[in-house]
Amino acid sequence: MARMLPEPTPETRHFWEGCRDGELRLQRCTECKHSYFPPRAFCPKCASREVEIYKASGKGILYSYVINHRPRPDMGTEPYAIAVVQLDEGPRMMTNIVGCPQTPEALVLDMPMQVHFAKQTDDISLPLFEPAKG
Amino acid sequence: MKPKSVAVVGAAETTRLGKIPDVSVIGLHADAALNAMKDAGLKPSDIDGVATAGVSPVELAHYLGITPTYADGTSVGGCSFMLHVRHAAAAINEGLCKTVLITHGESGRSRVGAGGFGRAPSSLMGQFEMPYGVTSPPTMFTIPVLRYMKTYGVTEADLANVAVIQREWAAKNPRASFKDPITVDDVLNSPMIAWPFRMLMCCLVTDGGGALILTSAERAKDFPQKPVYILGTGESVETPMVSQMEDFTSSKAFRVSGKKAFDESGIKHADVDHLMIYDAFAHLPLYGLEDLGFVKPGEAKDFINERNTAIGGKLPLNTNGGGLSYMHSGMYGMYALQESVRQMRGTAAAQIEGAKISVSHGVGGMFAASGTVIFTNEG
Repeated sequence: MARMLPEPTPETRHFWEGCRDGELRLQRCTECKHSYFPPRAFCPKCASREVEIYKASGKGILYSYVINHRPRPDMGTEPYAIAVVQLDEGPRMMTNIVGCPQTPEALVLDMPMQVHFAKQTDDISLPLFEPAKG
Repeated sequence: MKPKSVAVVGAAETTRLGKIPDVSVIGLHADAALNAMKDAGLKPSDIDGVATAGVSPVELAHYLGITPTYADGTSVGGCSFMLHVRHAAAAINEGLCKTVLITHGESGRSRVGAGGFGRAPSSLMGQFEMPYGVTSPPTMFTIPVLRYMKTYGVTEADLANVAVIQREWAAKNPRASFKDPITVDDVLNSPMIAWPFRMLMCCLVTDGGGALILTSAERAKDFPQKPVYILGTGESVETPMVSQMEDFTSSKAFRVSGKKAFDESGIKHADVDHLMIYDAFAHLPLYGLEDLGFVKPGEAKDFINERNTAIGGKLPLNTNGGGLSYMHSGMYGMYALQESVRQMRGTAAAQIEGAKISVSHGVGGMFAASGTVIFTNEG
């Protein structure tokens, strides 16, 4: 069963094109400097339409998660973490963690993470996170 | 709204609760509505306002034979009915209508005439949450809790104890789905759903419904039941995406809604005799006690562990057994309101003697929305 994948809209296409090209793209208000996620064509803090897209560091920390023991049919059969990463730039995003066991012992809150783009189709790569190296 | 200007004059749940495979969703709405109309001594022709969520108010009005001059289809999840009460009170005070019927019905277990659970892949949730394998509320509502637990030193046993104490209340309620006593160990040994949540920390899944009828306080005295007055109300929403909550240790929607209701009512927390906090999962009462201001941030676990919310405690909480043990058809808010009304009428299974003020606090979606209603039986 194919994994449930996002369908980009005009407002979010830059984000998904970035993931496809190996870049985590965030948006920032050029007036109040607020960085935000998910994508939209205006600043959710001050409502300015003067916003820009920039390449984020791809670094963050493990903020919170659960380990789902009732996998969705398109997610395989093993328990997996559904996690929220807080990016160094401020915004938080839902993701999955790769490159480490899906256990409470291995998944320690506040551990440093880095983005990993997992290709799903020619258009869609999902931004997953792995424990930061080095 | 002006405190005590509007009252509940009809309140009832569906004739049966639990497993009702022979009644559809709209049928459950109707069963509850008919029971509430009987409770209030009214016929459909006496109702001129309708409000509901899950089905449209148009479908409800047509099905019951009501011609309303006020219709509210606010649908923000399980607390929609708290918002309906608030809006109905405003509508009655503004003269838009005189008598509002609010209904809930859901075939959560049997799925008879029920819609599916799904999100468009182009929606924000479809793009930025669903691809990561969230399945249903047990994998979304639960997301913030590890951060809350780390911040305040809350353990899995603390979470489990919430379920244990609510089961004690359920044991006093003949209509509760689960009444057998459980221990913290029982909860911690129940099947894993989404760590750290075990099955007994999650609400059950049942069929059922409930309905309320509201009218002006002036008219309320002429009804057969003791009126239950609306003292204050609040509502707010935060985000449909649990990952985008401002603070994982606190719900902004809870804080805003609760403060609004308390400010409007003019009461203090110490005045509250009875409290309902929508407990879709075991962490909700912890967030609710703190965000409503009954205790300071981080103090809820000790407050519960010291049995303040248990039988005989100073703040009886979720006295019907809650969503964890009483029933939960999907949008539990109606059942919290029903228990508040029963407590104020003096007819609850686990009646709090002398209770004069009851707070009913709801959540919608995964910390997405919130509604608070404060009731009193003193006119």
